[in-house]
Amino acid sequence: MLEKRCDVAVIGSGPAGLAAAIAAKEAGAQDVVIIERDVELGGILLQCVHNGFGLEIFKEDLTGPEYAYRFIERAKEVGVEALVDTFVLDLTPLREIYAINKRDGMIKLDARAVVLAMGCRERPRGALAIPGFRPAGVYTAGTAQRLVNIEGYMPGERFVILGSGDIGMIMARRLTFEGAKVERMIEILPYVSGLRRNYVQCVLDYDIPLQLRHTVTFVKGHDRVEAVVSSEVDENWQPIPGTEETIPCDTLLLSVGLIPENELSKKAGVQLDPLTGGPYVDETMQTNVPGIFAAGNVVHVYDLVDWVTQAGYLAGRHAGEYAIQRRKESGRRLRVVAGDNVHHVVPHVFDPLSLEREPQELQFRVRHPVEAPVWIKVEADGKLVKQKKERYVRPSEMIMLKLSPEDYDKIAGARELSVRVEEKE
Amino acid sequence: MAVETTKLICITCPLGCELKVTHEGKRVLEVEGHQCKRGVEYAQQEISDPRRMIITTVRVKGGFHALVPVRSTEPVPKAKIFPILRKLREVELKAPVEMHQVVLANAEGTGIDVVTSRPLPAAN
Repeated sequence: MLEKRCDVAVIGSGPAGLAAAIAAKEAGAQDVVIIERDVELGGILLQCVHNGFGLEIFKEDLTGPEYAYRFIERAKEVGVEALVDTFVLDLTPLREIYAINKRDGMIKLDARAVVLAMGCRERPRGALAIPGFRPAGVYTAGTAQRLVNIEGYMPGERFVILGSGDIGMIMARRLTFEGAKVERMIEILPYVSGLRRNYVQCVLDYDIPLQLRHTVTFVKGHDRVEAVVSSEVDENWQPIPGTEETIPCDTLLLSVGLIPENELSKKAGVQLDPLTGGPYVDETMQTNVPGIFAAGNVVHVYDLVDWVTQAGYLAGRHAGEYAIQRRKESGRRLRVVAGDNVHHVVPHVFDPLSLEREPQELQFRVRHPVEAPVWIKVEADGKLVKQKKERYVRPSEMIMLKLSPEDYDKIAGARELSVRVEEKE
Repeated sequence: MAVETTKLICITCPLGCELKVTHEGKRVLEVEGHQCKRGVEYAQQEISDPRRMIITTVRVKGGFHALVPVRSTEPVPKAKIFPILRKLREVELKAPVEMHQVVLANAEGTGIDVVTSRPLPAAN
């Protein structure tokens, strides 16, 4: 198993994860690792090929891939390490991440701070309990978006879209562009649930028939979707008998809401708010588990990617600062031991990182007097770090020796520091 | 020409202001309901010459993915959208593809180019 230590580990490389990794680096964190299960960085932005991103942050109208590209490039510039095609299996409350990929096999990543940036998932058919058969041809809108925009497959020819969220409306236009027919868009609410600009440029522009206060009450077809039944709903959102209409189609897309993706958070003991589906966070985006931060749609679902980026920056900066603090406070401890003719040494333990701040003094006494010149030697795992000549040594006289910041490299990787007296020949 | 009132929703930003546009044919007389000056510009453009961005994908041979996303460098006249999409369907690029590489120059005589919106390396 590959074992690594890092200052900040970010899980997910969408807009929140990229911003968090960049901000952690910019806050001074040393090793920042971003873990992505897909084959490249960018997350869902890469399949959002439409424009409308970046108006808040860049004052420019960018497509999803262009928006992602800016942050991917910035992450490279500041030296964020990317583990792509890597799946996180487990996260512990002690911020140990277990992950797996084809190149390294099992990986254990010991992180001083973690940023959860897993984003959200689409609400699936199972959550709606639509009666009918289980034929091929029922997709969430985002899955269809990936098929059409990244993988190059059309999931059908005649579509009904349930829900008028942004992804559903954008897919209505996208499918129309690719030659498909969108037979109907069905929304249970009395108004369009996505942004009005999308209603204009995706639905009105292409004369997509929109039905408000309706829902899908049956899916017809054994092997493949053949039609869906649409019904009007009453004020309690219950279908009104007698209003059923059969709409022939071969594919049903669901655009019925997003749910924060927190399976890993739960494993780490992160408490979730039942109202948002995401972690409880403080003003630094820290969860109830010390050192575990969360940002973006994993916390609650945002309207604009620009706001997700800002949440990522906030969480990343605080995660970076947390890691730096943690490194200072609880760096590795070296045991300091008394070697040949040394009675004891103070301090007994020693944090090598303390040398980064200032010189550190070792104080000790010898066991037996030597009335001749000697070398006092400080060794790290048997390797000489520093030596000092004395004309004699006596138990009654304490000896002091300073380690300087330049000595840090010699002792950084060692387990033990020892002091001994060697008689000069 | 008669003075008419047309209701529009501004698509320039996510606010989606509801505009009430008084116009005589293609000449805009008054715009109400906008929260910034882009709303007025949008209303004038939409009444005289409505335009939209072209956003789609084109095929790539030997690429890391089968497709690369493309965009028009600026909005094109609405009537040109489907003719341009038909042209783009015939395009096949060869990997590697650069960011903002021109895919279709002067699309359908609009003077507007269609360019890639990401780089795409060759397949591993």
